[in-house]
Amino acid sequence: MERRTFVQKLLALALPGGVFGLFLKKSTVQAAPYEAAKHYYGMGIQIDKCIGCGRCVEACKEENDVPREPFYFRTWVERYTIKKDGEVTVQNIDPRIESGLEAASERQVLRSFFVPKLCNQCDHPPCVQVCPVGATFKTTDGVVLVDEKRCIGCRYCIQACPYGARYLNPKTETADKCTFCYHRITKGLLPACVEVCPTQARIFGDVRSSASPLTRFKRMNKLHVLKPSLNTEPKVSYSNLDGEVR
Amino acid sequence: MNPANEKLFELLKQVGGYIYPNEIEVHWGILVVVYPYLTGLVAGAFILASLVKVFNIKEVQAVYRLSLLTALAFLLIAPLPLLLHLGHPERSFEIFLNPNFTSAMAMFGFVYAWYLMVVLLLEIWFTYRKDIIVWAQQEKPPMKWIHKVISLFSTDISDEASAFDRKVVKGITIIGIPSAVLLHGYVGFIFGSIKANPWWSSVLMPIVFLFSATVSGIALVIILYMVITPFRGEPIDMKCLDKMASFLFFAVIIDFSLELLDFIHRLYQSEESIKILSEMVMSKLYISLVIIQVILGMLIPLAIIVAIKLFRFDEELRKLLYFLSVILIQLGIFATRWNVVIGGQMFSKSFRGLTAYKMELTGIEGLLMTLILLIMPLVILAILIKIFPPWEKPKGSMLGEGTA
Ligand code: SF4
Ligand code: SF4
Repeated sequence: MERRTFVQKLLALALPGGVFGLFLKKSTVQAAPYEAAKHYYGMGIQIDKCIGCGRCVEACKEENDVPREPFYFRTWVERYTIKKDGEVTVQNIDPRIESGLEAASERQVLRSFFVPKLCNQCDHPPCVQVCPVGATFKTTDGVVLVDEKRCIGCRYCIQACPYGARYLNPKTETADKCTFCYHRITKGLLPACVEVCPTQARIFGDVRSSASPLTRFKRMNKLHVLKPSLNTEPKVSYSNLDGEVR
Repeated sequence: MNPANEKLFELLKQVGGYIYPNEIEVHWGILVVVYPYLTGLVAGAFILASLVKVFNIKEVQAVYRLSLLTALAFLLIAPLPLLLHLGHPERSFEIFLNPNFTSAMAMFGFVYAWYLMVVLLLEIWFTYRKDIIVWAQQEKPPMKWIHKVISLFSTDISDEASAFDRKVVKGITIIGIPSAVLLHGYVGFIFGSIKANPWWSSVLMPIVFLFSATVSGIALVIILYMVITPFRGEPIDMKCLDKMASFLFFAVIIDFSLELLDFIHRLYQSEESIKILSEMVMSKLYISLVIIQVILGMLIPLAIIVAIKLFRFDEELRKLLYFLSVILIQLGIFATRWNVVIGGQMFSKSFRGLTAYKMELTGIEGLLMTLILLIMPLVILAILIKIFPPWEKPKGSMLGEGTA
């Protein structure tokens, strides 16, 4: 419960569109230790390091109270299997429906890898563009959030997201998605998925900082984002991303 | 486990290929199919009325008022399916209070209010003003009072006043046509502007919506005219019917060509999504798109109308054939809306799989609700026809012809 109210406060702080938000921001900005304007967040994902253990998915569901059913995810992990004949199979790694995964015989497989997915916190987010009431908005520190007090549940944003990153939370009847664990990062903590990943496949940080692990990741790797042709300018970038990944 | 989740688990088994896990739920169901269908009928009926007024088409005068009332009846119900499908209908007023100007959906309130208040209500009021005053003088309460109030207690039935009425109506019609185009073009834009969805994303979308709206509106007015007239004990005016059928014919041809153009364009460009889209058309949408929308809803009615034009059938057969084709067209347009809305959600945005949709029988997103929403405008229309009889002239009035 405590976390809830904290998140709400932060939402009020960061609401860029609402006059009310601006008003609040002015009056509280000195008091708050966290300065949104000084940050701009992004994430890097090293495909080669992901072992498909799915702990990030678990951690996310736990941390963010995401419904447990296998069709509500703020983050999920896909397994790609590309066979010699060119056939591509993709599966969602879900520890609870593991039995559904079929293993191709090793001889047929050309290459296989895991791809963690989440909201890309697009810099040019179509979900924000379409929301009729401004319930989905971009914060000053570059995270796209949903104000669950304002969302009318029209689901337009879910249609507009090219990455399937959103779902309608059955408990609140409002749109929901990854927040980069906004309640954690504004306290200086890492997002739950990043913290729990045993291989450090996920790297979180400030895109503007010159010394963050994210900057180092960006210096050391050739990067790619998902569906670049849509010009959404994702802030989640992948190293060694395979062309088959969509 | 709650029933909604149970349903999703059930659907999970029907998924073919890979879909993003969040995509299992079809977010815009039958209610969102009904919404553009209803607004399409509004725009179409209004466009028919405007054609009659602007080009002063004598043969079709008989249905001018009926078309206006039809547009109003359907417009009153049109926002209902949208409202019902919201997760939080009680917050819907936010769209008016805090509209996000980059959102096509946020413009809904304004387009709707403009169309209802400025265009339709005004046009109907000025069209009927004089008649209402005369009715109020001749009738007994309570109708007398209803008409008095609706006339807003205006009493001037002089020739100058009705000349002014006519001028105003002409003016409104001229604003009305772009407004009707806006109303439905905008609905098309809601879908057409979603770049994430290759089935929707198309500049042609608003235009296709507009012409299919015109088709459905004219077809609806023909149905209503053919059903109501015998009930009134009047003969069906064949000249009027033939003329409306001609309008319908051209509208269907344009609609068909546009959709064909869109189809060829997609096929020729053959983008990344083409494989999954063709798979979808050949499986999930085969019946609703190929059979109902194209063959039953367009080709057969076109063939029928061409046949009527070529061979001089007698009146009875002509009526029957017209009726058959307008019913088919109506069915086809409903299928068109279905194919756009549901079709756009039947494939995964990963382009690797197809999802499934199962309509419920009861419940808010169910078949029963849909039928209620489709019947409600007809009930409202019946009431409107009672209050504003589109045919009867006030007894002994000397203003008969001009205002019709
Ligand atoms: S990934 Fe989807 S939900 Fe996230 S910011 Fe981009 S469009 Fe919005
Ligand atoms: S579902 Fe909520 S957040 Fe999404 S577009 Fe509608 S009102 Fe905005």
